[in-house]
Amino acid sequence: MLNDIMLGQYLDRDSIVHSLDPRIKILLVILFIIVLFISKTLLGYAVLGGFIIISTLIAKIEFKYILKSLKPLLFIISLTLIIHLFLTKGGEVIWEWKFLSIEEKGLNLGLFMAARLIFLITFTSLLTLTTSPLELTDGLEKLLNPFKRFGVPAHELAMMMTIALRFIPTLLEESEKILKAQKARGADFESGNLIQKAKSLIPLLVPLFVSAFRRADDLALAMEARCYRGGEGRTRMNELHLSRADYLIGGATAIFLIFVAILI
Amino acid sequence: MKPLIELNDVSYSYNGEEDFVLKDIDLNIEPGEFVAIVGHNGSGKSTLAKLLNGLLLPSKGEVKVGGLSTTSQEELWQIRQQVGMVFQSPDNQLVANIVEEDVAFGPENLGLPSEEIKARVKEALALVGMKDFARHAPHKLSGGQKQRVAIAGIIAMRPDCLVFDEPTAMLDPVGRKEVIKTVEDLNKNEGLSVVYITHFMNEVVNADRILVFEEGEIVLSGSPKDVFTKVDEIKELSLDVPQVTELAYHLQNSGLDIDSDIFTVNRLVEAICSLK
Repeated sequence: MLNDIMLGQYLDRDSIVHSLDPRIKILLVILFIIVLFISKTLLGYAVLGGFIIISTLIAKIEFKYILKSLKPLLFIISLTLIIHLFLTKGGEVIWEWKFLSIEEKGLNLGLFMAARLIFLITFTSLLTLTTSPLELTDGLEKLLNPFKRFGVPAHELAMMMTIALRFIPTLLEESEKILKAQKARGADFESGNLIQKAKSLIPLLVPLFVSAFRRADDLALAMEARCYRGGEGRTRMNELHLSRADYLIGGATAIFLIFVAILI
Repeated sequence: MKPLIELNDVSYSYNGEEDFVLKDIDLNIEPGEFVAIVGHNGSGKSTLAKLLNGLLLPSKGEVKVGGLSTTSQEELWQIRQQVGMVFQSPDNQLVANIVEEDVAFGPENLGLPSEEIKARVKEALALVGMKDFARHAPHKLSGGQKQRVAIAGIIAMRPDCLVFDEPTAMLDPVGRKEVIKTVEDLNKNEGLSVVYITHFMNEVVNADRILVFEEGEIVLSGSPKDVFTKVDEIKELSLDVPQVTELAYHLQNSGLDIDSDIFTVNRLVEAICSLK
């Protein structure tokens, strides 16, 4: 059951979007989000929507994966839409039933907010679909590097992410094992109300934590034995290099997005 | 030839207590030698391993690697590069979520240029027979494969000596065989010194020297032949000699003309068949 959880959702394809430097991709996503929040016109949203579709096509990602990423947030999106529909008042009354009414402004705002959320999620998931977790961490480390002087532990954060990614499947496997072991001893994880259920997780969480700490201890020792001494003086096997294509594609897309924000 | 690792009167106690886990150990490890250390849990053998690369520092005495003392802070990293260490749990020593990246971890820490790291990773993975798994995720590998990746991660740092701290304790028989074969190959073909800690005697029949630890002291030492033929003494330490050796020993005791220095099934078969 637990094994079904996909680790990151990276899809290995041979496309320009995949080969783009992760730093460029991260920066473009940030820019896209800013533009998304500045843009207020229908045309602007249409252009941004088209932009997402074209990017997805270039990335050779099937649309079903993009739609899949929306699933967990469907509830929030519909909630946003419904709240705006019924609670935002102003403009012509479109529909009325007893005390409920939908007015023009509510409809507009609701649709815009929903579109905004959908675009936000689909575009960021395009980032994780086309960038491996490892590249993503490397990209983040490099982007945070300039902030080191302000005390941002860029290398440590990246290392923590790498280790977390490495150990999530291991710990999932382990929790499954403990779950079975406790069930075999008569532990009941299913019945009872929410509080009882939460309480019944204690015999799962305590051994899991104990073993996680033991693992951390072992790993620290193994890392030290392999000469790990922090980010200082450390090199990488796969250094990130910004190629001319990265600058060109990144620059062109950035100009396009800024153009959308200002003019439309 | 100068020994690779020298231990002079080394004692060690945790928390500075009087209760020593290791007592006055004198030991030299020569370049290219395969030394096996056998003993119970709590006999001090894992502590010894950690002393060899400065993960622990001796309470008394001195550990020297290639003439450098493990107590000097500046040379500690050079010592750890020279003496690589593989631990018991295959899961808890892999750092990255791609095999290749994990093998690169050590060389990256040494600050090598990226081209050099790539070459070393390739070479190391080939040496342990994991070349085809370079882009795999470690959690999808078997225990034996994970342990071989861990070994590759150490080899990529180009050490002179490999220390194995019960590398097969958590593996199934197949994984155990894979790892032992890898270790023996590295010792024979690459000329690396090996310090192999285990409580399975049958894993170390091909060692140059076996040291038996008990309560922090070396109680028996010598070639596998010397050690295994002392069946009674080893039984007294509640350790086991390889099954075939024990069988040969009993056959000999019951009056058959069979050598007691037999460590493999084939040799025993030969010996029995040549009985008159």
